[in-house]
Amino acid sequence: MYNFKIVTDWFHSLLTGVMPEWLAIGIECLIVLLFIILLYATLAIVLIYMERKVCAFFQCRIGPNRVGKWGLLQVFADVFKMLTKEIIKMRQSDRLLHDLAPYFVLVASFLTFACLPWHEGVQILDFNIGVFFFIAVSGIGVVGILLAGWASRSKYPIIGAMRSGAQLVSYELSIGMTMLTMIILCGTMQLSEIVNQQAELGWNIFRGHIPAVLAFLIYMVAGNAECNRGPFDLPEAESELTAGYHTEYSGMGFGFFYLAEYLNLFICAAMAATIFFGGWAPLHIVGLDGFNAVMDYIPGFVWFFGKTFFIVFLLMWIRWTFPRLRIDQLLSLEWKYLMPISMINIVLMALVVTLGLTL
Amino acid sequence: MTLDIKTLTTAELHDEMLRLRQERHMDFLVNLIGMDWGEEGLGVIYMLESTTTGETATLKTVTADRENPYIPTVSDIWQIAKIYEREVYDFFGIRFLGHPDMRRIFLREDWVGYPLRKDDDPEGENPLRMDNEPLADTTTEYYLKEDGTVGTKENVIFQPEDHVVNVGPQHPSTHGVLHMRTQLEGETVLKIDPVLGYIHRGVEKICESLTYPQMLALTDRLDYFSAMQNRHAMCMCIEKAIELEVSPRVQYIRTIMDELQRIASHLIYYACMTMDTGALTAFFYTFREREELMKIFEDNFGGRVIMNYNTIGGVMYDIRPDFAQEVKKFCKHVRKRFKEYQDIYTGNVIAEQRMIGVGTISNADAISLGVTGPSGRASGWHNDVRKRHPYALYDQVNFKEIVRTEGDTNARHWNRMEEILESLGIVEQLIDNIPEGEYQAKRKPIVKLPEGDFYQAVETSRGEFGVFIESKGDKNPYRVHFRSNGLPLVNAMDTACRGQKFADLIAIGASMDFVIPDIDR
Repeated sequence: MYNFKIVTDWFHSLLTGVMPEWLAIGIECLIVLLFIILLYATLAIVLIYMERKVCAFFQCRIGPNRVGKWGLLQVFADVFKMLTKEIIKMRQSDRLLHDLAPYFVLVASFLTFACLPWHEGVQILDFNIGVFFFIAVSGIGVVGILLAGWASRSKYPIIGAMRSGAQLVSYELSIGMTMLTMIILCGTMQLSEIVNQQAELGWNIFRGHIPAVLAFLIYMVAGNAECNRGPFDLPEAESELTAGYHTEYSGMGFGFFYLAEYLNLFICAAMAATIFFGGWAPLHIVGLDGFNAVMDYIPGFVWFFGKTFFIVFLLMWIRWTFPRLRIDQLLSLEWKYLMPISMINIVLMALVVTLGLTL
Repeated sequence: MTLDIKTLTTAELHDEMLRLRQERHMDFLVNLIGMDWGEEGLGVIYMLESTTTGETATLKTVTADRENPYIPTVSDIWQIAKIYEREVYDFFGIRFLGHPDMRRIFLREDWVGYPLRKDDDPEGENPLRMDNEPLADTTTEYYLKEDGTVGTKENVIFQPEDHVVNVGPQHPSTHGVLHMRTQLEGETVLKIDPVLGYIHRGVEKICESLTYPQMLALTDRLDYFSAMQNRHAMCMCIEKAIELEVSPRVQYIRTIMDELQRIASHLIYYACMTMDTGALTAFFYTFREREELMKIFEDNFGGRVIMNYNTIGGVMYDIRPDFAQEVKKFCKHVRKRFKEYQDIYTGNVIAEQRMIGVGTISNADAISLGVTGPSGRASGWHNDVRKRHPYALYDQVNFKEIVRTEGDTNARHWNRMEEILESLGIVEQLIDNIPEGEYQAKRKPIVKLPEGDFYQAVETSRGEFGVFIESKGDKNPYRVHFRSNGLPLVNAMDTACRGQKFADLIAIGASMDFVIPDIDR
């Protein structure tokens, strides 16, 4: 496999050769920033387009097909429309918090986005408590949503915000526990290390067999809830709360929530791909060397995106199939079923690992 | 055939009503119609029916005092009277003694005058107001003191500290401009106060200035998903009055069209139900099938929603030669798709959790609240007009009246779903045997109804729809009243939703399946 670290090391030494180290790091940071924003925007466009098309095909429709070939420019038109919209100021809202709220959500999703290992050596934030950091910063998002609802000073948003507070805090537990389950299997919290291990030993979902599959299923449910997507879209619940916590937002304020929602979907799927399906690690089958060699030729980021978009597709499938839960059902699902199961699952995984039953 | 109306004085009204309710089990108040008889005074017509014996009774009461008309309330005997009496108060200014909530219901609270009175001048007294409509949190109750004079009392609807959320008039799930002021405690619904009239057009008032054939066009615009049946009711009412016989061919066409309309409506219901509970994909499934039906409608008479098909004595156009074939194809198609609807939505564990045991209306409440149609039949009340008072060909075809006893959202949902199959059955029984004949009976160009009161009810997609006409022998009616099938459903929302979650309010509303133009009229 091609390690991208060679490129970054070469670039770093090139810069330090002509300028002091602080300046070099500064420039590198800027490049990374540019890269991450570009990638974020591109992925959002791809995801929104994908959602529209996938949703349309599930619903026996064609989807966008007027703006550009196959409606490819539809999302650009949407963004342009959103940019030209008037920002509506409500008389009694808390202006500062109201304007600040979308950025909390955006920052949370940026920070989690930075944790993802795209390819061997291509990772922006990588340190020994990677998974822990990921869970911690993803928790910032709920602050933004609560603030959005609170600062709007309107009744529907506050109901939406309270719902989302209850929902996100609850389901964070399951996410944490399923990740803990996989950490027990890997023995490390560093995301790059987790993927490297899977490249050598095989994907976690195969190595951890029963408890890993269980953890994956719980992760999918909880992750879906974390993204505020159907059937867990209660904070928005357009048929009940019109638009939930972002009812009172217009223009790009709404646009940021929308953007963050789609990127959270991507991040959720990418994290599942990383910790369960080996991230950028290609599929290897023991004994089939020819097959493995062919698989190795496919670059790592293709594997990563392939797996991620497959899971994104699964999540879209779920969203466009199920009706929405009610808030009490949502909470009882988490506290009465998912959490106890994931606790037992941790013990199960610990047993599997200590008894050496991993594959 | 005119209605046989017994007159009561206002003093004996309440006791007599109570006697009818208790001794003759007149537990269903079909209609409560406000009247302005000019010189004679203002009054109310009550139409009662017993759900056990099927007996009917029509009574009326008059008060000569036009300045301060008072009539005792019957809202303590039938719950539905609460909203009917508010309607009569709104339009005629009759104050009901002992009614706890004498507010206007359709018109603005600061409206001047009572528009359905013959001597009222609504436009003169009510200029276009540019300010917001005030909504009072208190209401007035008029009651009879012991010395015979009338006293007033303030009743509180919402306390200032209550958390009241306005569901509507602009809300994705109220299926139109319905406004429900909903008191919430966290996510739990404590009380619902419907505010109606956002698209009130005064159809009953407009009818008074139209001739009978002109009136027909307005019926399609009430419950637009039951346009065919509404118009059928109006046509039958007029035909009955002028004793006009329609040909068997017309009877066949009308029955088939009514049932096709019912299928279309229930398909829309399914779409709305799934959308309101968040399953957006299922929404498109029934719209796909409905489109086939719309094509058949369009081919035959050009309309898709507003049909304008039935006329006095027949139908507007004869059916096309390929009608039977197309309809049979459609029936087969829907039967095939029917399982798909259940696969994606009803069989789903989330959907079941959202529906079973939610929004229960007991049998007694359903009757007292006048909840007719599939919603009432979900509470174990056999209220199908097609069985109770058969009209058209309904006494000649085989069909089952779908009744469930649970009274919850799930029962209402399944009632509608199974009615699709029953309607398909009716259509399939009739479609091959449409007899030859004229599609329009010969009648005079100017229709004049004989003097009297006429009433005809039909089973629309959402319940009993009735047309009441009082004629003085002219070419336009003296008074027209439509029994709305949606008004009792909205009124029942408060009973069904109390103590349920906010999300259930939406699901219950969807399962009630009301259409707002029919409520507001």
